[in-house]
Amino acid sequence: MDDVQLDGMLHVAFLRSEHAHARLRGVDVAAARRRPGVVAVYAADDLGDYWQPGPLLVPPPPIPGLVFHACTQVPLVKDKARHVGEPIAMVVAESRYVAEDAVADIVVDVAPLQAVVDLEAALERGAPLVHEHLSSNLAAHVVQEKGDYNAAKATAHRVVQRRFHYDRGISAAIENRAVAARWDARAEELTVWDTTQAPIPIRNGLARMLGLLESQVRVIAPFVGGGFGPKIMMFYPEEVLVPWAAMRLGRPVKWTEDRQENFTATTQERGQVHDAELAVTRDGKILGVKDVFLHDSGAYDSYGLTVPINSQCTLLGPYDVPNYYTEFTAVFTNKTLVTPVRGAGRQHGVFVMERLLDFAARELGIDRLEIRRRNYLAPEAFPFNNEIIFQDSAPLVYDSGDYAPALAQAAQMIGYEQFVREEQPRLRVAGRHVGIGIVSYIEGTGIGPYEGARVTIEPSGEVRVATGVGTQGQGHFTSFAQIVAEVLGVPMERIHVVTGDTREFNWGTGTFASRGAVVAGTACHAAAALVRDKIFAVASRVLQVPQERLELVGGRMMVKDATDGGIELGALAARANPLRGAVRPGTEPGLEATAYYGPDRGSTASGVHAMIVEVDPETAMVEIRRYVVVHDCGRLINPMLVEGQIHGGVAHGIGNAFYEQLVYDDGGQLQNASFMDYLLPTATDVPRVEVAHRETASPLNPIGLKGVGEAGCIPTGAAFAQAVEDALADYGLEITEIPLSPDKLFDLLKKTRPKKRNVVVIDGSFVFQGSREAVYALLQDPEVLGKSLPGAMHLGRTGDGRYDGLMRVGIGPVTAAEFSVSVTLHDQKPPAGYGMIVEGKGGFGFVRGTAQVALADHGDGTEMTYRAEVQVGGTIAGVGQRLLDSVAKRMTRQGLEALNTALAARL
Amino acid sequence: MKPAPFAYHRPETLDEALAVLAAHGGEAKPLAGGQSLIPAMNFRLARPAVLVDLNRITELSGIRQGGDGLHIGAMTRQRAVERDPIVARDAPLLAEAMPFIAHPQIRNRGTVGGSLAHADPAAELPAVMLALDAKLQVRGPAPRGVRSIPAGEFYTGLFETALAPGELLVDVTVPRAAPRSGSAFAEVARRHGDYALAGVAVRVTVDDAGRCREARIALLSVGDGPVLARKAAKAITGESPTPEAIREAADVAAAKDIDPPGDIHASPAYRRQLVAVLVRRTLERAFERARNG
Amino acid sequence: MEPRLLLSDFLRQDLGLTGTHVGCEHGVCGACTVLLDGEAVRSCLILAVQADGHEVATVEGLGSVEDLHPLQAAFRQAHALQCGFCTPGILMTLVPFLDEHPNPAESEIREALSGNLCRCTGYQNIVDAVKLSTPVPAGW
Repeated sequence: MDDVQLDGMLHVAFLRSEHAHARLRGVDVAAARRRPGVVAVYAADDLGDYWQPGPLLVPPPPIPGLVFHACTQVPLVKDKARHVGEPIAMVVAESRYVAEDAVADIVVDVAPLQAVVDLEAALERGAPLVHEHLSSNLAAHVVQEKGDYNAAKATAHRVVQRRFHYDRGISAAIENRAVAARWDARAEELTVWDTTQAPIPIRNGLARMLGLLESQVRVIAPFVGGGFGPKIMMFYPEEVLVPWAAMRLGRPVKWTEDRQENFTATTQERGQVHDAELAVTRDGKILGVKDVFLHDSGAYDSYGLTVPINSQCTLLGPYDVPNYYTEFTAVFTNKTLVTPVRGAGRQHGVFVMERLLDFAARELGIDRLEIRRRNYLAPEAFPFNNEIIFQDSAPLVYDSGDYAPALAQAAQMIGYEQFVREEQPRLRVAGRHVGIGIVSYIEGTGIGPYEGARVTIEPSGEVRVATGVGTQGQGHFTSFAQIVAEVLGVPMERIHVVTGDTREFNWGTGTFASRGAVVAGTACHAAAALVRDKIFAVASRVLQVPQERLELVGGRMMVKDATDGGIELGALAARANPLRGAVRPGTEPGLEATAYYGPDRGSTASGVHAMIVEVDPETAMVEIRRYVVVHDCGRLINPMLVEGQIHGGVAHGIGNAFYEQLVYDDGGQLQNASFMDYLLPTATDVPRVEVAHRETASPLNPIGLKGVGEAGCIPTGAAFAQAVEDALADYGLEITEIPLSPDKLFDLLKKTRPKKRNVVVIDGSFVFQGSREAVYALLQDPEVLGKSLPGAMHLGRTGDGRYDGLMRVGIGPVTAAEFSVSVTLHDQKPPAGYGMIVEGKGGFGFVRGTAQVALADHGDGTEMTYRAEVQVGGTIAGVGQRLLDSVAKRMTRQGLEALNTALAARL
Repeated sequence: MKPAPFAYHRPETLDEALAVLAAHGGEAKPLAGGQSLIPAMNFRLARPAVLVDLNRITELSGIRQGGDGLHIGAMTRQRAVERDPIVARDAPLLAEAMPFIAHPQIRNRGTVGGSLAHADPAAELPAVMLALDAKLQVRGPAPRGVRSIPAGEFYTGLFETALAPGELLVDVTVPRAAPRSGSAFAEVARRHGDYALAGVAVRVTVDDAGRCREARIALLSVGDGPVLARKAAKAITGESPTPEAIREAADVAAAKDIDPPGDIHASPAYRRQLVAVLVRRTLERAFERARNG
Repeated sequence: MEPRLLLSDFLRQDLGLTGTHVGCEHGVCGACTVLLDGEAVRSCLILAVQADGHEVATVEGLGSVEDLHPLQAAFRQAHALQCGFCTPGILMTLVPFLDEHPNPAESEIREALSGNLCRCTGYQNIVDAVKLSTPVPAGW
């Protein structure tokens, strides 16, 4: 997308909130506007009536008793910032370099508020509110029930109960988002290039917002460098603002997200906490499941309830669960918005269910495969109604499936029996820790509402196929061309597919929910079939032969049994569009047709993943040795493309299982906002994936398709957890948390309670020479106090217990920069101690420390005991976390030593 | 993620570079390979007013064997060291550690001196030079001129070195190893090429009886800079390197030689565990190598 | 030219060579990899002025649509790219690697790739493409 270069194009950079939660008191853009090369700077008030909260994209399904509070994102922060990275001001300049310079010129006046981070704490009475017009941080509450779980539980032999955590990650498409816009005043036409997965809804929305006709707006989603979900979100603030600025300034405008922005401004997924239980009979038959969970919505819930409903619906898996109670509470937090990311909540459900089955199997002494076999739905059970509502508002009905053979095939491929009976015991004797994991899943795919396609045969004989979905590397060009080629009997090379350009096709929704091939592919199939009908009708007329005697061979209409003659499709297309004569009533010119496909409900893909891992319990490092996938996505259009989707999904799933976790501190600061600390799996972390296909056709569409885009990453975490546990069987540990990491595995191995390490804590004691009274008095002296802040340039008393000043701090690669600093002493109890708040703000972000200081007699001297918690925000928090601990220790040490020297001189 | 503006100088000689640095005082920052500095500039964490690009100073790069050991010019690319047969023969510890430094694209550009002077506590080269007891040659404006600083005195704190303002690291000398020496390097990183959670570079020398005569155990990613595990070295020196003695020394390193920081990837306790394991494993390998050759 | 201009931006914006992609601008993703005097480097970590007097090769010089480089042809055959955004950097990483290791083992290929992030393919088909392109496929 960034390849779009237009004459006179301007570039955009945004000033974004450094605070997760802060009241915005003022934005001063005057200096930024004065900077040479800056064309415009906008804050919320500059937008006038154009400032509107975004639309609610997915209204909640009709579930009885459902509670949902819609709070949607805004273009620029007006009253308060609700997550780090939320845009506050927009700079438009001659280059991105200058735009970034100008961002640093903007002065923002904010009052930080306590951030809402933890899901449980968010719901406590008295918690700070993300949206103050609501009485709590509850975004939604949904209960769905099938049968009577409590009655089933009463008859159970055993109830397995656990708490599960599943934390956040990013989609990490290697191409970040981008938007460019050009307003052609003469043609009164707006062209927008956008990395969106949904170009048509973007066009429709922009037309509405900008007061244009839909036909005046053309949205192009070119080849996009990966989507994985977040690019379906709309309207991102940048998508609203860039076209508006282009119209207002009369020059093309482009914004390309950088990686740092991507970490906080592009939507994320996966924070959930589940309290789940499984009621089983003595022989492992499922009687019922109860699952109560919290879902992190982030700061706004524009995408509705797709993710948590996917979680609750996918949990049931391929199993016959007669009784199900599922309840979730979606929670607003001061974190980036949550919208679907590959898997879209499904992996949480699979993780919970598969883990419960593993624990049940262990407790009942049943083999892991056997407990699954005993509970699979039988092939004749379909269509199978789960009696709850899916994300597409339709009942959760599985269309088709055949689960037990897939499990058997996966077990055979990975050598389950041989591994468990021979290899694993042999290696264990040799001191090696190897384990196997094998899990099942289903995936609801290919939901509505609809997609469309137009197929046109041009007089040259070339075939054009246009559809509305955007493409981000799924191979739509190949698969759609293949579908059309098969229907029309035309070679693939002559088929030209266009996606994601509203001028070419302007009805549709977008690429999401593993639906591109299923829904748009079926529309292509239908349109091609209509064209085929036209071909026969026109050829019959032209060749004067009844349709039954015609056949379509290699792009040519032939009379059956004739060896020559006939007519090329191109020539036929020309004949179908005459310059003279009349097109007959009831017919249409040309060989072209448009068709739509809108499934009533989704089709159900399924599969089994198995892996073998080796763990080094001394270092807590895990290596995946083998990975097997048996996958059933109905009829295959192109096995190579399907396998590619699975390989990539598995890699993403491995990331979610062991590498990728967004770590937020208590202040809502993302601590790993770079590719240095947010770990995408690389070629040495992802094993070779052995794939086998099974084809249980979907009865819902003529080709029998089911979706595949997300499948690879859905069961990976569950399989990984089972395999690692198995490898460490002699440690008797349980994995109930994903992502895992070596650090967390170390805690599990040592059975230590993991300490929350998301704030820097400095504590210790120091002995000064001098009495408590003397030390206490001197600590009030701004000159002495200033010495305790390394780099302080000056500090002056500005009120009772309040000091303000400047300090200059720089460490290693970080250039020394000036921070304005304020120190407030409170709860002063001379000479016993006091509390202290230190706040600093500068170019790289902010620092806020709270400390308790106690003074006690120590021989002739005084012992000072201190404990401080330090929070850091801004760039340094996102990319410098690995050094914060060392920096804090160093600055404390330096400060205390300086203080001691100052005291010695004065006492 | 674009750098803030700066003035740029591209001296052709060392003297010219020192003159430019002297002219700009503390405002000027030398640019070696740039593989740490430019990312920091792209994040606008580093905003040097003046950049002095050392990449045209040919006299600063090259590897040669001298009377006092192996000389590596400060601007020698890491990749050149990795590929150099003399390094492989005369400084096998250095050769063993090179592939752990990030990725080939980084090593193609990154320099030995840049990494040593940057003094990142997670960097491999400072720990390796510490284990090898290398000498760092530094040039500055008169009157200080040239001085040679042992690696053990070069690292003074977090990203802090003995380099005075205006001084440049010009050369590192790896002394020839004593007979019956062996070395080993190991680290644990989340992914290949990442900052290590912990790492160890060791060099040991044994006497005729196979007892440890000297051990230099340098740790990375567990302190403000590279850490020389003196207590662990003392524990093993004079001992016969039995598995028990090695394990004991490794445990001493983990318990007494370090006060490791915690971050989102590794707690202090986990880092201690890694040090215990890695010191044990590297000592075992190093003694094995010392015995064999 | 301003000295702060990154080589990646200079190639893309000033020269219009948009085959070099920018994915992270902090030297991790590898999408911007180009050859500087024949060696693979991150163009986001080099100033354009530093390339003065040196030879820079980008993916545009590798092959054309009509005449693909053998490695590009192997990528197409093995379905080694999906969205294709990381592909130019991966190609420019692999070209000098294959010069140095004409017949690499799978583990060597994976290690050579470990400084390039791909989110779509899971790397497997990239590894297979490299094997396809080598004269004597190793380990098959």
